[in-house]
Amino acid sequence: MDLPLIWAGLIATAVLLYVLLDGFDLGVGILFPFARSPAERDAMMNSIAPYWDGNETWLVLGGGGLFAAFPMAYAILGPALYLPLMLMLLALILRGVAFEFRLHGRRRGKALWTAAFAGGSLAATLAQGLVLGGFIQGIKVEDGAFVGGPFDWLTPYSLLVSAGLAAGYALLGATWVIWRSEGQLQADARRWAWISGGLVAALLAAVSLATLLVHPRIAQRWGYEGGAFDLAAFLPLSPIPLLGLAGLAVIAWGLRKGSHKGPFLGALLVFFSGFVGLAAGFFPNIIPYDVTFRQAANQDGPLAFMLVGVAILLPVILGYTAWVYWIFRGKVAADAGYH
Amino acid sequence: MENLDALVLARLQFAFTIAFHIIFPSFTIGLASFLAVCEGLWLTTRREVFRNLYLFWVKVFAISFGMGVVSGVVMSYQLGTNWSVFSQVSAPVIGPLFAFEVLTAFFLEASFLGIMLFGWKKVGPGLHFTSTVLVAIGTLISAFWIISANSWMQAPAGYAVLPDGTLTATDWWAVVFNPTFPVRLAHMALAAFLTTALAVGGASAWVLLRDRDQPESRMALRMAIGMFAIVAPLQLVVGHASGEIVRDHQPLKLAAIEAYWETRADQPQSLVGIPDRDAAKTHGEIAIPGIGNPIQGVSRDTVLKGLDAWPREDWPVVWLVYWAFRVMVGLGLAMIGLGLWGAWCCWRKGPEANRLFLMSSVFMAPMGFVAVIAGWIVAEVGRQPWVIYGVLRTKDAVSPVGAGQVSASLLAFMVIYAIVFSAGALYILRLLNRGPAPHEEAPTQEDRAPGTPLAAAPDEEAP
Repeated sequence: MDLPLIWAGLIATAVLLYVLLDGFDLGVGILFPFARSPAERDAMMNSIAPYWDGNETWLVLGGGGLFAAFPMAYAILGPALYLPLMLMLLALILRGVAFEFRLHGRRRGKALWTAAFAGGSLAATLAQGLVLGGFIQGIKVEDGAFVGGPFDWLTPYSLLVSAGLAAGYALLGATWVIWRSEGQLQADARRWAWISGGLVAALLAAVSLATLLVHPRIAQRWGYEGGAFDLAAFLPLSPIPLLGLAGLAVIAWGLRKGSHKGPFLGALLVFFSGFVGLAAGFFPNIIPYDVTFRQAANQDGPLAFMLVGVAILLPVILGYTAWVYWIFRGKVAADAGYH
Repeated sequence: MENLDALVLARLQFAFTIAFHIIFPSFTIGLASFLAVCEGLWLTTRREVFRNLYLFWVKVFAISFGMGVVSGVVMSYQLGTNWSVFSQVSAPVIGPLFAFEVLTAFFLEASFLGIMLFGWKKVGPGLHFTSTVLVAIGTLISAFWIISANSWMQAPAGYAVLPDGTLTATDWWAVVFNPTFPVRLAHMALAAFLTTALAVGGASAWVLLRDRDQPESRMALRMAIGMFAIVAPLQLVVGHASGEIVRDHQPLKLAAIEAYWETRADQPQSLVGIPDRDAAKTHGEIAIPGIGNPIQGVSRDTVLKGLDAWPREDWPVVWLVYWAFRVMVGLGLAMIGLGLWGAWCCWRKGPEANRLFLMSSVFMAPMGFVAVIAGWIVAEVGRQPWVIYGVLRTKDAVSPVGAGQVSASLLAFMVIYAIVFSAGALYILRLLNRGPAPHEEAPTQEDRAPGTPLAAAPDEEAP
């Protein structure tokens, strides 16, 4: 059994699930300032309150899993992306505690935690975008350790990716709210979805082009050379951008038709295509562009030991996660907190 | 010098973030079990008092658990950002333990917490109770894995060093159930139960000082007394067993705890004093000769190693280990006293009739947290300069990250944690001060009447 390959797939799945799931609840936070009233904000928060903790656990699995399965990658990424990772953690703290604190704060306290939720969600998203951008553009490694500078991750490219991710999470959040709300809030969310959807389309195109230019390995993978595509290399990969376009079309169609679930499913498609598209550029590297997932993998002993656990536990986790989503299905009421 | 500063800062940052984090699990591990007991009693006895206790304490639980979650996410990334060499060296052996913690505990807790907090009317009472029990079990499973990993770092077992210097696991059973693990897990679990019992008892006593007939607080205080009257003496036994394991596996830590400067038979038992590492003596020491060895469970003519058996650069910060240990044991003895006193009160006219006992309970309410942190200082400072005992030194485990970045993030953590901790403590204390209500509000998840315009609600956030 090819244990490193299986584990690369598992970690990629955890990261994808994290981006999709925490993406929509971070997106709800990003949209917080645009809500019409505190009651609208309450309804938005209630629509994600039972899920956010489970969603964020995929981030812990991503981090813990990387440590356990690809320790060398974990040991390189931490120092290389130190500052944006710290920013992400601090921002996640502020927006995480805001779920409870907002219910207990009185007037000024509630306003403070409303701001902390919105600001923390946006800052965590931007930080994740900087991590992603810093990762894709490549990390300087010698003898299995990071040897670059503390601000290597800060480039126009990573800023562009960061803006794109913020628009993307806002789109996921807006389409989630469409699905889970009704009336005025739903109408507002449709407007947010049009705006963020337009931004996503523009930024996705910009990020796609910039990614082709940011490293020759990526250009080569996509068959891009001297301003033209080599179709032999590009065609096998072409379903990926087409899937993204299809996702955007589903969103536009769903918004026009007044569909409740359609736009959210479209946004998931867009994210899926973006994720696979980026992964196609750097695979089989786990640290672009010097360390492959095989070089970074842990020994077969621990990988096999953990795989036994995953084989039993992951289906159970997915099962009860789906069950919790089903329990809290349906439209959310503004006063649905437990207080 | 640059590297040394970065090392000190990285250690400070880890100590600060993990000490902050441990406050919440040590409360929520016990509180989850308390809630499961309350809900179970409500379902079996149908006495309102248990329903009200559940619905009151679940609000405190929600705040504490949220703070535990977010400060815990930090830990899962900090090993990579600040301790990358440690990560790479240890992952082949204890990596799976962390992965199993996420898979068996974190998802379970996070998912069923949603049902616990928001599902009161969404699922049946049986399913809701099951969710509470699963969250409680999840907190204990989490403790299982993390104490296992920490114990392995204290006394590594079941591994081999390959010719190129990397570690490899040879026996997973021996890795997970390493020699110090079972006793340390019991010690920590009991500490969590004690911490919760003291907090619940103290909060109830606070309400009873104002209203001695408050039924929920009377019940909760009795439950808390029952808990710490039994667990505190038990903890003394388990703590002693834990000490014997330190004696066998980390004699240097024992020497620091007891300030044994010289290797000798018939060690005196130091009670108080000011250990001075530079002078290798304890100033102003009060010690009882002849009982040191019996307390360690060995005969008087057994030679117990003193600090002089190791090179001085390997000594931990002796005064900190020595005093943290005394704070922990002193508080443990005070808890036993409070338990005996409380039991006696229950047997007589009831604890709410004794104002002095109520006031003492309020005073002792936060002492479980102090004891837990003191205990972890003994464990973690006492095993320095090693991060993996005898295998990897702390100074060799740190990431190649400059002091500037570490100090910036440390400062940010201090500011953010101060804000979050103050607010969380304020909201919890406000709830505790209010106390459980006779008809503690049921969680609502009912649908809003159709057509109610959201925007018409009053704008309470307007300045």
